[in-house]
Order: sequence, then C-alpha cells, then structure tokens
Amino acid sequence: MTPMLASFAPPYWLSTLIKVLVVGAVVPTTALILGVVFLFKIMSWMQSRLGPQEAGPRGLLQLLADGVKFIQKEDIAPAGADLWVFKAAPLVVLASTLLLYVALPASAHLVVDDLDVGVFYVLAISSLSVIGVLMAGWASANKYSLMGALRAAGQLIAYELPMVLAVMGVVIQAGTMSLNGIVFAQNGGAIFGWTGIGNPYILTQFIGFFIFIAAVQAELTQPPFDMPVAESEIVSGYQVEYTGFRFLIFFLAEFATAFVFAGIAAVMFLGGWAVPWLSANSDWYYVLGPAVLFAKVMLVAFIIFWVRFTYPRLREDQLQSFAWKFLIPLALVNIVATAILKVVF
Amino acid sequence: MTAVSDPNQLADLLAEATDTRVNLDFESEGMTLNMGPQHPATHGTLRIVAKLDGEQVISAEPICGYMHRGYEKIVEVRTYPQINALINRIDWLGSFANEVPFILAAEKLMGVEAPPRAQWIRTILFEMSRVANISLFLGDFGLQLGGMTAGFYAFRDREHVLNQIESATGGRFHPNFDRIGGLKDDLPKGWISDSHVAMDKLLAFCDEMEDLLVGNEIFQSRTRGIGIIPADIALSYGLSGANLRASGVDWDLRRDGCPPGLVYDQADWKVWTHPDGDCFARTWVRLQETREAAKIVKQLLDTIPAGPVMAKVPRIIKVPEGEAYVATENPLGEMGYYVVSKGDLVPFRVKIRSASFNNISIVPWVARGAYVPDLISILGSLYFILGDIDR
Repeated sequence: MTPMLASFAPPYWLSTLIKVLVVGAVVPTTALILGVVFLFKIMSWMQSRLGPQEAGPRGLLQLLADGVKFIQKEDIAPAGADLWVFKAAPLVVLASTLLLYVALPASAHLVVDDLDVGVFYVLAISSLSVIGVLMAGWASANKYSLMGALRAAGQLIAYELPMVLAVMGVVIQAGTMSLNGIVFAQNGGAIFGWTGIGNPYILTQFIGFFIFIAAVQAELTQPPFDMPVAESEIVSGYQVEYTGFRFLIFFLAEFATAFVFAGIAAVMFLGGWAVPWLSANSDWYYVLGPAVLFAKVMLVAFIIFWVRFTYPRLREDQLQSFAWKFLIPLALVNIVATAILKVVF
Repeated sequence: MTAVSDPNQLADLLAEATDTRVNLDFESEGMTLNMGPQHPATHGTLRIVAKLDGEQVISAEPICGYMHRGYEKIVEVRTYPQINALINRIDWLGSFANEVPFILAAEKLMGVEAPPRAQWIRTILFEMSRVANISLFLGDFGLQLGGMTAGFYAFRDREHVLNQIESATGGRFHPNFDRIGGLKDDLPKGWISDSHVAMDKLLAFCDEMEDLLVGNEIFQSRTRGIGIIPADIALSYGLSGANLRASGVDWDLRRDGCPPGLVYDQADWKVWTHPDGDCFARTWVRLQETREAAKIVKQLLDTIPAGPVMAKVPRIIKVPEGEAYVATENPLGEMGYYVVSKGDLVPFRVKIRSASFNNISIVPWVARGAYVPDLISILGSLYFILGDIDR
C-alpha cells in the first residue's frame, strides 16, 4: 500500500482539490476532538464534576449537538454594527487558522505545502487572526467588544516576540526553517553520539519550549492570558455580539488553532510525526505519521489546557511586563547559549 | 481642542483627575461603561456606572435597587414567625445568620431567653452558615479572576455544610429554624459526628484553596496592593466584617459585642486581622475566618448541653411595647435589626442594617484610578450579596 501512495502523483488541480478537502475536513474534526476531550471531559475531571453525559455514548456527541444548535440560531447583528466588517471578521479569524494547517506536516509527504520557511510562515500567519479580532471588536459597536479587541491587539505585541525568539533556538539547532527539515534533524540526531532516541529538541531547548507554550497560551487567549475574552470583566470581549453560526466559527477557530499550535510545538520540540526507532525515510510514516503526531499533539494540548483550567487571569500590563522583562531576556539568553553550543559541538 | 466644551464640566473633570491622579493629558471625555445590572461580576443585579480613560477608572458609581423587595415595609404587616421566614432571603448564602439577630431582638423585647442547648445549636448553625457563605466566596473570587476550577471546588465542598444544615433544619438554603424562645426542633440522630466530618472536609477545603488560589502567584499579583482601604477610611464608610478587619481594625461583634443568646465565649478562637487593607488581605482574612468558624463549630459540637430546645413562650406571639437593636457578626459583616413594637402581633417598624449596603458604599472611593480588571478584583473582594444590599 505504501509504495503505491509514494508513487501517487496527481495533476495539479486534483492535488489542490484533495488538499482543500482534507484541510476543510481536518480543521473542524480537530476542533471537535479538542473540544470534547479537553473542554468537556478533562476539564470536568479536573473540576470534579461529570460533564456532558446524555448526548451520545458518554456524552461524546455533545459538541456536535451544540454545533447543530448554533447553526439553528438566528444570525443577529447589532443595530449600530458595521455590517460587512462584522460579518467578515469571523471568516478572517478562520482563514488564519486554515492557513496555519498548510504548513503542519503529518509525515514527510502528508503536508499541504512543505515550505522552506515553514517556521517563518507559521509565525507570520498566526498573527493574522488579530486583524479579525480587531475587526470584530470595532464593528460590533459595543464597548466591551472594543476593549476586548484593543486588549487582543496589545497582547499581540507582548507574546509575538517571545514566540519568535523561542523558536529561534530550534532553528539554529536544526539549521533549517522547514518544519519537515526540523523533524528529520531530530529523528536523525544524536545525543553525544547515542542515537537511541534521536535528539528531540525539548531536551536542549526546554527553555524555548516553556516560552513557546506560554506564548501559545497568550495567542489562544486562554487563561492566564485570556484578557481579550475575560468573561468576568468584559463579558467575552470581542465575541459578545456574535450569535449562532458566527460564534461557532470563532469557537472552531480557537480550538483548531490550539490543535495546530500544539502540532507545531510537537514538530519543533518533540520530534513531530517521527518515532525515534524508525528512520524518518520509512514509508510506514504514510500511516504512522498522523497517528504519532496526533498522540504528541494531545500531550502538548493537555499541558495547554491543564494550565488553562488551573490559573487565574493576569492583567494586561502584567502580561506586558512578564513578556518584556522575563520571557524576552530569557529567550535571548537561550539563543546565545544555543548558538555558542552549536559552534562548540 | 478639547472634547469637553462646557467649562464647568471640564473643571469637574480636571478636579476629579487631580483628585485621583488620573492622567488626563488628552482631556477626552473618556468612555462611560455601564456594567450591569446584568454582568457576570456583579453577583446579580448591581449596576456600576464607570467612567473610563482607556482602561483606567476615573469614577465608578454603584447603583443599587434593582432587587429591592421592600422587606422593611412588608414586615410591618407580618407576624413575627412569618417575618422569620421572610428575612431568610436577605443574605441567601448564609440564611440562618439572618434569622438570629431578629429573633434575639424579639427575645430581648419579650424578656425570653432560649435554653442553653438551643443557644449552643444556634451558634453552631450560625457558624455553619458562615462557613457555607465564605467558602463560596473563596471559589467565586477565583472565578472572577479567571480561575474556573476554584469555583467548582467551592460548590462541591460547600455541599457538605449545606447537607448538615439541611439534615438539622429541613431547609438547605432557607432553614427558617430559629424561633422566639429557642429552636423548632432538636438535632437529628448522628448529626454531631456527621458535622465533625463535614467540618474536617471544609478545613481540608481551606487548605486546598490556599494552595490553589490564595498562594498562587498570579492571584497575588492581581490582588496585592490593589484596592487599598486604610483603617480610618474603612471606619468612616461604615465597613464591617472581614472588610474592616482586613484594614487592620481588630473588631468583631462575636467577641466585642456578642448579644446574649449566642455562646461564642464557650469556644477558643481568634479574630484575624491583616494590616494591608488590599484585596489580598480581604481574601486572606476570610480564609482564616472560615477556618476559625469551622473550629468554633467543632468545639461547640463537643460541649452541647442536654435539655430542651424551646423555652416557654405563648402560642400567639405578641411582643410588648418597646424598641430593641440587636446586631451580630454575620458572614458579610455587621447585621442588625432595629425592632420597634407597639405591643401588637406585628412590629410597628423594623430597620434592617445589612452589611453589604455599607460595604459597597466605598466602591466610588476605592475604585478611582484603578484599572478595569482591578475593579473586578475590588468588587469581588468586597464581597457583597445583592439581597443583602437591596433587601
């Protein structure tokens, strides 16, 4: 089966169609999986309650039922809203999420487009969603929305730089910006000559991993950095005027982004779709790669959501000082140390 | 060019600005944010009109009355036992504590005293409602600062206390158990040992909260140095309860003015104060207060005297002519009833002094110059119950 897949070379229009369909199917599915597993099951478990029980076996179809409910709801726009911007905003956020999936490799060939500057592309595209958030906040004609949107924009300045600096260490160590290249480098790496588990970069770049996860937390507007959607302060911020299907799109985008960022963290720090004892060139990864990546994504997502359910919320200015006075200097030290060690070894 | 054209208004704004050290360089009119009556951080229907400059609060004015139920007027046409059922609903999280000062005031006018066993059980249930009330505060404050899990833990562990209150009184939320001259019933079988277990669980809950929330660095950075109320300001605004003790004023009605009929002198306990007066101090003092309340309950459970739970009182209660004011240290602060009787079946006038009404009166003072998230910390840590504000 695998050699057949390897020699499968469809025409351009067909491959594009397949890729669009796959991304279009994968994004809602991942959001659904994260929503059910973490938002419903793990969260209930951590908070000592049962969670959804009725819809489907063990309540697993609850989110599907919720989705159907959202679609049935009336699409309401506030009277003072800037209609076009208001309606376009969720789509901009969703587009940013979809574009992120383009670069995420599920195996050496199972990737929409293996960009040479994959890391660069991911970091650039991820900040696009803030434009959608700003549009939503401004067009809603609501004071809470506006405050939430401005907070999101202010937050962008705080977390984007540490995130870039955090992955810099990985890029230096791997010597490539291609996400697949980083996986190959980890799979083929060695720890002082010992090739037993390759060289997952979390061992050397644990500071980078910590900073990256903190920045992802801010990117996803999850506690402790959920100021743009702080429910007890500004009543869900920029989402407050959205109902039904448009709210569902925000929700989908949030969880799909969580999945893709967990995936990028898995690719850059945990060896991605490869397992250490099987060479990354093996054809087995056509089927094994997605499963391995999925398992690692769930691991990283568990950390992200664990923090989300545990910590209270920081204040906006406290995030700024946390990012500028702690994360960025730490990341810079990490880069210098990585560069020196790269030259030495 | 300034956005404010009226010179008087501009002068007012500038005076406010110098008063609060808010930066008004751009002299814009700012934004008026209407928080509530429906807002997740106002526990119900409190409305706060906040004038903002960016995220900084220039002024915040609480507007209450959206839940006014006219208790003070209604009770003028209700007999004393009926009133007892009604005033349960003032502070609905610590209902039994609402009944006690009223019953004590009526007892004082009638010259009746409850038998010792009733006094003991009264005090125990009073402290249990304090535990039920404040344990929910600890979780709810976490919820308002974004820590969801604390809220669920609080709802889970409060249930242990509510179960005990329910099995003794028959009412989980609104016991209506206190009577002029004693209590409705004696305790059920096995209640004392069950209560010991419940209190142990609540003490463990307090430790858990200290780990999860109060000891958390993010929590501390959101509360320390925020909303500082100095002792003299706290006194001049009539704050009471934990809000006052958090400002360093060592004053607790249970110790300093305990009315006859409650037996706090029979237990060994401590009044905690905190010198800082900030949001953290208010949380910390409440945490300690919960622990002390659980300890009081555990001590009193072991020393309940035997005997009847009801004194001899007439079947139809007519309170002789006179006036009495009795205040107790309720979970939210000083709660007092000023009862005027003309010797009738119904009181002539009842004035209810509830703690939350005074406690939120300080919001305009303490919120000036704070940020919007700090406003939430301040409101949360002042801890009010809407029913206790509006009556």
